[in-house]
Amino acid sequence: MPLVGHPVRRPGRPGLLQRTYLPSILKGMWITLRHMFRPKVTMRYPEETWRVPENYRGLPALVRDDGGRVKCVACFLCEYVCPPKAIHIEAQEIDTGVEKGPRVFDINMLRCIMCGYCEEVCPEQAIFLTREYSTVGVSRKEMIYDKEKLLSMGGIRPDPIKKWSRLTGAGASASGTRGAERDASR
Amino acid sequence: MTGSAATREAAARTEETGELDSWVMTTRLADYVAWGRKNSLWPMPMGLACCAIELMAMVAPRYDVARFGAEALRFSPRQADLMIVAGTVTKKMAPAVKRIFDQMPEPKWVISMGACASTGGMFRSYPVAQGVDEIIPVDVYIPGCPPRPEALIEGIMQVQRLVEERAKTGRRGVRPGPAAPAAAGR
Repeated sequence: MPLVGHPVRRPGRPGLLQRTYLPSILKGMWITLRHMFRPKVTMRYPEETWRVPENYRGLPALVRDDGGRVKCVACFLCEYVCPPKAIHIEAQEIDTGVEKGPRVFDINMLRCIMCGYCEEVCPEQAIFLTREYSTVGVSRKEMIYDKEKLLSMGGIRPDPIKKWSRLTGAGASASGTRGAERDASR
Repeated sequence: MTGSAATREAAARTEETGELDSWVMTTRLADYVAWGRKNSLWPMPMGLACCAIELMAMVAPRYDVARFGAEALRFSPRQADLMIVAGTVTKKMAPAVKRIFDQMPEPKWVISMGACASTGGMFRSYPVAQGVDEIIPVDVYIPGCPPRPEALIEGIMQVQRLVEERAKTGRRGVRPGPAAPAAAGR
């Protein structure tokens, strides 16, 4: 059978210096020494923190608008789209006469994978992913966040659309001015 | 005469103990053991999926868990006292996880890292255990998919607090059995 390929060149027996391992040891120690004078890469976490980007996807939270109203209208889109089904909503009527609101809004943070689909799908911009990334819990029950906790995490986000003033009491004048504007533009 | 001798003796004794106090620190043996234990947690990296990458990042120089004394990852359960379950616990892997946990000597703690290990995450399907706490008792849950190394460091700090707590309350040895499968909040 003919020989295929080339014969491998094996290194010969190493010299006396190589056999003492000293060159290799010194080389390794030189690398260690060099790293001692380089900038330190360690981030001392609890004292130093990382600069979280604005669009970081952390734990989700509900927000209120600048009138203190819960923006969520319990449309169940986030519950529907949530891949791990971490969101549980029960709706209720609210006393504004229009829309509805959540009676129960639980997010199981241990199910949540912070994918951001809820934020993406929300038609009311009521759910956002916060920049919270270092929460731990000691029980499963503790990690199911209820509506109050989610609202306190989310805080207030001003609503640029001013939907409520158009839909409820102040709405008549607001829609009137809007109509007047439309007439004027015609 | 005898009274003055007694007071002199008492003064000498207080002086002596005062000096002794400046040299000697007294503590309970349990607290001392807990202090040593919490600053040298030896984790068993039960890396089952992508969370293990973040687990490795926690040990790497950037986050450097050696600052907490937990850098000695032991791949033998006999030498470990903290199991970090990082990843999806499939039903095929569950017996091995359970067995490895049983092989760890008491006292031992468990961190359930990430959505999959904590609740099954988005794998709501028949081959995946819906949370590692169905088979072993979990002390600390970390949400995230995967959690950042900072969150894992927070988890280790929580375990350190639990170690101290156990020394204070004197609860030792007998652990509660595996948690009953929680019907709600899955």
